[in-house]
Amino acid sequence: MSAPVVEIRDAVVAYRSGVALDGVSLTVNAGEAVGILGPNGTGKSTLLMLVNGLVRPQAGSVRVLGGEPFRVMRGYRLRRRIGYLAQTQRIDPRLPVTVRETVAAGRYGRIGLLRRMGRADRRAVAEAMDRMGVAHLAGRPLGHLSGGELQRTALARALAQEPEILLLDEPTASVDPGARGALLAHVDALPALTGAAMLYVTHETGAVPGGCARLALMRAGRVWRDGPRAEMLAADTLRALYGEEGP
Amino acid sequence: MSGWAIFHYAYLQNAVLAGLLGGAACAVVGVFVVTMHLSFLGVGIAHAAFAGALFSLLVGAPPLFGALLFGLVTAAAVGPLADRAEFGPDTATGILFSLMMGLAFLFLGLTPGAKTEALGLFWGSILTLTRGDVLVLAAVAGALAAFLILFYKEIQAVVCHRQVAQAVGIPAAAVTYGILLMTGLVIACALPGVGGLLVYTLVINPAAAAHQLTWRFRSMLLLAAVFGVLSCWTGLALSWMFNLPAGAVIVLVSTAVFAAAAVFCPKRKAARWTEKNAAA
Repeated sequence: MSAPVVEIRDAVVAYRSGVALDGVSLTVNAGEAVGILGPNGTGKSTLLMLVNGLVRPQAGSVRVLGGEPFRVMRGYRLRRRIGYLAQTQRIDPRLPVTVRETVAAGRYGRIGLLRRMGRADRRAVAEAMDRMGVAHLAGRPLGHLSGGELQRTALARALAQEPEILLLDEPTASVDPGARGALLAHVDALPALTGAAMLYVTHETGAVPGGCARLALMRAGRVWRDGPRAEMLAADTLRALYGEEGP
Repeated sequence: MSGWAIFHYAYLQNAVLAGLLGGAACAVVGVFVVTMHLSFLGVGIAHAAFAGALFSLLVGAPPLFGALLFGLVTAAAVGPLADRAEFGPDTATGILFSLMMGLAFLFLGLTPGAKTEALGLFWGSILTLTRGDVLVLAAVAGALAAFLILFYKEIQAVVCHRQVAQAVGIPAAAVTYGILLMTGLVIACALPGVGGLLVYTLVINPAAAAHQLTWRFRSMLLLAAVFGVLSCWTGLALSWMFNLPAGAVIVLVSTAVFAAAAVFCPKRKAARWTEKNAAA
């Protein structure tokens, strides 16, 4: 069995507005693809931010790739190895940055301070854009992209990072139904391309990539059920998770 | 008198050099604040530097000393205040802005005598700058250039999308604080020449004009610097020819540059085209 890359035990995260994670526990092994499913407001996005060290637990323990991601210096080093796609991407349409520069930003953490992009970095950026189908948009300003193109650019940035863990937060949320299938196909290809473990958050049962053989269902800031995909997507389980109105 | 007389007068040489160094440096930090939607930060730091310069006059110290102290403290406070208190940088700047305006008027009120020097800080005087002032501006412009060259990729990532920069392992908070400190340093050093009420327009206008014209960060930096220097030099030339206050003319020229850029903005045409096609 593969070694765990994410180990969370009884973690609590609270904002001023309330408790987002209330004693959550989750273990993810290297190369494993896990879908995190649950209604809005159950702490799914905060769980990804906890893994990426963007929030600090008030209680419990969090270990990612052998370190504590919420420590300042350790967090920087760990985040270089984690590809993260945040839920909302509010882009200023006049932002002076191109698709190629956005994808290249995925390499910057790995390259480190006081060093420039090398030939290998530029090749990794070109390959990532090619694989996510945005190579033809390389010179286009980021603010000119459609929702689907924007998400594929963000996936290319994560791919260019050569991550060991991928954290994807509702990547299909702002994408029209026509482009959703193509985007999910790109997402499904990511673990094989990178060998990375993947945590994929969604509140829609129909938006879980086929590669997620395991699903963790979240309710009230905790992992309520965790198991094989078919079992977790059973009608009575989903009714218990979402209520009678369904997902 | 011929236009080449400028090369015979030390005070004009200083003004031209200050226009080159201050105009370019103000415009470059302007690119940071305009792209990060922190334009109010430029205003806040300018007023803090102004309050600091007045404080220096009150205690008998050189105005630059207080301007630097207050400007840098404000710049350094905005980032952590916004990060820790969970409200936006503009709100943090607004709080500090009101504090600094209160202090400025308090120091002005406490200053004994005719207050001529203190009032001069309102509109500045680029024609009275010394070679020492120009050397200070050169040092600051050099520090800004070094900061840009050494950390260009991190600065670009943070300025264009701080959350992404943080997520890929860039020390985004440290880079942001570096940007804020550089902004404070440049504004404080440019204040004696352009004045407390005018300096922030040299920060905002050239950068806002460049923002209308290009989609590339590198081009935006270069264009903004060119617009900043052109505004200073054209303003100086016009004030020399028509015997007008230099600081005010510089600001009016920089505003005219912005207006021209906004009129010929290719981004606006692109937006109109997109809207038209979406409606069809």
